[in-house]
Amino acid sequence: MTEVLPFYKTALWVTLKLAGIGIVFAISIGLLCSVIQYFKIRILTNIVRVYLEVARNTPLLIQLFFLYYGLPKIGIMFSEEQCGIIGLAFLGGSYMAEVFRSGMEAVSKTQVETGKAIGLSNTQLMRYIIIPQAISYSVPGFGANCIFLIKETSVFSGIAIFELTNTTKNLMGIFYKTNEALLMLVIGYLIILLPLSLFLTWLERRVRHAEFGN
Amino acid sequence: MLNSAINVLFEGKNMYRLIEGLLVTLKIGFIAVVITMVAGFVIGIIRTSKSRMVQLPFRIYLELFRIIPILVWLFVIYYIVPANFDLSLSSETVALIVFSLWGTAEMSDIVRGAIISLPKHQLESSKALGLSIVQMYRFVLIPQAIKRVIPPMINLITRMVKTTALLTMIGVVEVIKVGQQIIEVNSSHHPTIAFWVYGILFFLYFCICFPLSQLSRKLEQKWAV
Repeated sequence: MTEVLPFYKTALWVTLKLAGIGIVFAISIGLLCSVIQYFKIRILTNIVRVYLEVARNTPLLIQLFFLYYGLPKIGIMFSEEQCGIIGLAFLGGSYMAEVFRSGMEAVSKTQVETGKAIGLSNTQLMRYIIIPQAISYSVPGFGANCIFLIKETSVFSGIAIFELTNTTKNLMGIFYKTNEALLMLVIGYLIILLPLSLFLTWLERRVRHAEFGN
Repeated sequence: MLNSAINVLFEGKNMYRLIEGLLVTLKIGFIAVVITMVAGFVIGIIRTSKSRMVQLPFRIYLELFRIIPILVWLFVIYYIVPANFDLSLSSETVALIVFSLWGTAEMSDIVRGAIISLPKHQLESSKALGLSIVQMYRFVLIPQAIKRVIPPMINLITRMVKTTALLTMIGVVEVIKVGQQIIEVNSSHHPTIAFWVYGILFFLYFCICFPLSQLSRKLEQKWAV
């Protein structure tokens, strides 16, 4: 048992690292898409809409297989980890965009109109009025998405990234200690997700203060 | 070069085999969805009970499926049950078990949420009219809750269909596995085949999930409360 623990530690770290980077990219993509949709910038809105539908309606595993096995055949190469991050950001971006968009729509009309009336520019309106309030509305959905994306990293085992699930599969093959290995796997995910889930519940209650004008 | 590889897909039985694989995917998905709908509804109604003793176990059940990834569940059932309980389960059975359990958990939460979100006076007036609990659910609460249940339920179905992609990792011969077999056979002559096969898999999944998610959105707008 003690000799396999370091493997799990590395795997836990890989999972966290990839999920973390993926989520940061997903947030940026999501924010960008939702701002584009909010202001209905002409051609870009259509591109965003197509992207959202494609990303939301296909499984991550297929996206990863396509990136990892499909694209190199036409000359576009990524390493496993790059594939993982791109896939996660691609999928996560669409989910985040959805959450932020509904958050922005939830900001009350009077807030926006007052902002316009006192002569704020669009950027200022976004920066000081809409986004701060939208964030507080988005927190529940945002948290659910983070947990969802961390869980989705288990799919990375399909493209030979040694995160928790793949490491477990490997150790099962080496030592034949199936029960113990799988128990460790479940514990590994619980270690990451339980505190996170509790933290998000707390955060959700906390940020309710920022809501205004309803 | 690129074009010759795409032709492979239409040669011989390749396309037919892909469709066959897709049917395996859809069959598992369909059975799981039927079980999910029935069991989820029943458990959802039970979960509206105010008793802690009833709420707690179902709550734990739901959170377990929310926190542990489905792929891990598939592995756990696939490896642990046969090894420790002297049962042999085919990978398709494992898939069905996990998907039904997961779907039921999520579905029960949808149903519970819908019933709880109904205005309180509905429940109180039906009690005042002297309806029994069965009558209250049968004639007052469930008919109203249905409209709030169906859009998220269709969303859940889309998620389940998307998640069937994971079945290839416990060895179910479904559409992705068939695709990989086609790639293995042809990759020496047509190196670009992987691009086309994964491309078409991408497209197939999109074709199934897109109409469903559109439908869910349309219904949601139509029945907005």
